[in-house]
Amino acid sequence: MIRIKELSVTYKSLGDSCDALRNMNLELSIGETCAIIGPSGCGKSTLLKVLAGIIKDFEGSVEINGEPVMPHKQKIGFIPQNYGLLPWKNVSENIRLGVKIKNKKYAEDKEALAALLQQLGLRGLESRYPRELSGGQQQRVALARAFLLKPDLLLMDEPFSALDAMTREEIQNVFLDVWRKHSVSMILVTHHVEEAVYLGRKIVIMSAFPGTVNTVIDNPLFGVEDIRNHRDFFELCLTLRKMIKEDWSKWEKKQREFGMLPAY
Amino acid sequence: MGKKTTRVWHAAGILIVLVLWHVTSIWVNLPIVQSPWLVIVNLCNIFASEIAIHSFYSLWRILAGVLLAVVVGIPIGYCMGYFEKCDTILSPIVYLTYPIPKIALLPVIMLLFGLGELSKILMIFLIIVFQVIIAVRDGVKSIPKETYYPLYSLGAGVIDIFREILIPASLPNFLTSLRVAMATAISVLFFTETFGTQYGMGYFIMDAWMRVNYLEMYSGIMVLSSIGLILFGTIDYLERKMCYWQYK
Repeated sequence: MIRIKELSVTYKSLGDSCDALRNMNLELSIGETCAIIGPSGCGKSTLLKVLAGIIKDFEGSVEINGEPVMPHKQKIGFIPQNYGLLPWKNVSENIRLGVKIKNKKYAEDKEALAALLQQLGLRGLESRYPRELSGGQQQRVALARAFLLKPDLLLMDEPFSALDAMTREEIQNVFLDVWRKHSVSMILVTHHVEEAVYLGRKIVIMSAFPGTVNTVIDNPLFGVEDIRNHRDFFELCLTLRKMIKEDWSKWEKKQREFGMLPAY
Repeated sequence: MGKKTTRVWHAAGILIVLVLWHVTSIWVNLPIVQSPWLVIVNLCNIFASEIAIHSFYSLWRILAGVLLAVVVGIPIGYCMGYFEKCDTILSPIVYLTYPIPKIALLPVIMLLFGLGELSKILMIFLIIVFQVIIAVRDGVKSIPKETYYPLYSLGAGVIDIFREILIPASLPNFLTSLRVAMATAISVLFFTETFGTQYGMGYFIMDAWMRVNYLEMYSGIMVLSSIGLILFGTIDYLERKMCYWQYK
C-alpha cells in the first residue's frame, strides 16, 4: 500500500519559494498501476522524486507498505526520463546494477535475468553500450533493470515520451506483459492521455499552481485485451482530454487574474 | 582508422621530423646542428653503456611524481566535485596556488627537502597535482544530476556512488589532465636535473653540452623525447582500455 497524506513540497530559489505540491493525498494498493497526468509544472516529477527518496525535504507523510520512504530499506525502482543508464556500463552490467547495489552479497538470479532478457527482446545485446542502442532498446534495458530488482514500487517519469509512436506502442505492450508476470506497484507520470488509459489501473489528474490531485479515476478499461482498437478506449481518452482541458483553462483564467499570464 | 594505418601514420610522422632535421643540418652546416643519422648511430653505440641509467632515473622521477599527484589529487578532486562544501572551502586555496610558477619554488623546495630525489619528485608532483584536481573536480561536476537518481532511489551509499558513477565518469577528464601536465612535467624535470645530481637526462644533456659533445647532446634529447612518446602512448593506451565506452 502506498499512502500519500497532505504532502507539500516547497522549492526555494534565490529567496523566492514556490509550492510544487500542496496538500496532496493519494492511495494506491499493492500491485496496482497508477498513471499521473497533468500540465507541465504541476509537480508530477516532484512527486516521483519524493516517492523515490530523492527529495527528503517535504511536509506531510508518504508511506510505502506502512513505512516512510527509506531507499535503503525498500526496493524502489526509478526510471527517469532519460532512462538513467550509465554510459560506461554495458547492457548486462546496467541491468544488474540495481540488484548489485541492493543485495550487497550479489546473489544473482541468472534465470530471472535470462527470462527478462528474453521477454524484453534484449538477447544478444548484453555486451553493447547504451550509446550503441536505439531509444527503444535503452528503454527496455531500463525496464529490465527495474524488474530484475523485483521492486516494492516502480516509478517511471515519462518513460516512453522520447520514443516514436510505433516504438512507444510496442514498448507499452512489452511493459504490460512483463508487468503482468511480476505485478509490482507502479506509478507512471505521463503527458499522453492514451498512455495513461492504456497503462493505468488508476488515473490521477493533477492540476498546477500549486500541484495537487484534481480527480482520481478507476480505469475500467485497464488490461482489457486489444483495448487500443476499441471504441470505449477512444471515448475515455476524449472524456479525459476534456476534463484536463477544462481544468487547464480554469488554471489559465486564474493565472490571468493574478497577472501571471498576458491578457488576450 | 584501422590499427595498421595509425601505425603507418606514426612512422610517417617520425620520418618527416627526421627529414626536416636533416635538411636543417645541411642548410646550417655547423657542428651545433648535427645530422640526425649521425645522432642515431651515436645513440645506438652509447645507449646501453651511458644513457640507459640516466633515462631510468628520469623515468622513475616522472612516474613517482605522477603517482604522488594521482594519490593526492584524485581524492581531493572527487571531494571538491561531489561535496559542495569541500569545493567552497578548497577552491580559493587551489585557485591561489595553481597559478604560481612552480619552477619559482625550486630553490625553496631544494632548501627544505635537499638536493636529492625528493625535491625533484616534489616539483613534478606540484606541477601535475593541480591539473589533476581541477580536471577530476570538473569531471564530477559535469555529471548530470539525473544520473544519480536511480542510484539514490536504490539507497546507494557514498561508496556505491563513487564506484559506479564518479570514478568511471571522471576517468577521461583525468587522463586528459595527465596528458596536458606530462609535457610540462618533462620540461621541468629537465631543469631540476641540472642541479644536484649526476643522473638523469637533464644532467646528461647539459653535461654533453658543457663538453661541446653535440652528438651526445642530441642523443640525450632524442631519448628524452622518446620518454615523452612512451608516456603519452601509455596514457593513450590506458584511455582506450578504460574508457572504451566513449568511443562506441
